[in-house]
Amino acid sequence: MTIDWNAFTPWSALAGGALIGLASALLLLLNGRIAGISGILGGLIDRTAGETGWRRAFVLGLLLSPLVWLLFAALPPIRIEAGYPLLIAAGLLVGIGTRYGSGCTSGHGVCGLSRLSPRSLVATLGFMGAGFATVFATRHLLGG
Amino acid sequence: MKRTHFSALAAGLLFGLGLLLSGMANPEKVLGFLDLAGAWDPSLALVMAGAIGVALPVFRLARGHSQSLLGEENNLPTRRDIDRPLVIGSLLFGVGWGLAGFCPGPAIVATGAGQSKALVFALAMLAGMGLYHLLNRRGRTPA
Repeated sequence: MTIDWNAFTPWSALAGGALIGLASALLLLLNGRIAGISGILGGLIDRTAGETGWRRAFVLGLLLSPLVWLLFAALPPIRIEAGYPLLIAAGLLVGIGTRYGSGCTSGHGVCGLSRLSPRSLVATLGFMGAGFATVFATRHLLGG
Repeated sequence: MKRTHFSALAAGLLFGLGLLLSGMANPEKVLGFLDLAGAWDPSLALVMAGAIGVALPVFRLARGHSQSLLGEENNLPTRRDIDRPLVIGSLLFGVGWGLAGFCPGPAIVATGAGQSKALVFALAMLAGMGLYHLLNRRGRTPA
């Protein structure tokens, strides 16, 4: 394993992570809800009674965050290598997988691990492991 | 606007800013983290550490309280069983994450940033969630 020191951004990663943690803490303290983004999106599709208002507001916040960022600074780079067919396949897998597995990086990875939930630990190890394996396969076995 | 809608909007906004600042909203950086055998960028491990470092004490604090500060019923998951849907679903999600470098939150944020490729990913993701909803309603896949 070689570490790419040029790409490594420890301070913005830690600070951005802390903001994510703070946002999750706020949603818990004020709304009593888990900041699990796949659950929030899925709940809007399922239309759980009484739960759509705050979910719409949270998603609106996510959508508006780049505009708020732009008030203060230029947006950080967003580079998407994948082509459209791959994006569609990946999107379908992420959509089905996160609903079937009851969560994603936010719900299981941040909130679940913060609750010391054994289910979320298993889920996080599962999607991280599958993510590592997939990138290994596409970049090193199939040659990207 | 209800107070709980405003607080959810603020939380979503902060969450999105955190994703942008941390690099999570950039698939190139996510794939750099997932590529252990290449030139590895460990940054995202620190995103996780930063997030859990802040959230864990607050989740601890909230435990044992039945209501939020705005008077909402605290709605936290209670299940502890490890079942097949949890494992299989998480593995499928990980494959999709590794293929494109997007998980749900960053896909929404990058869509807000005007990235058409992120919008296509997000629409496919919502379609996948809709598909799950249809199958689940027929009772094929218990939640």
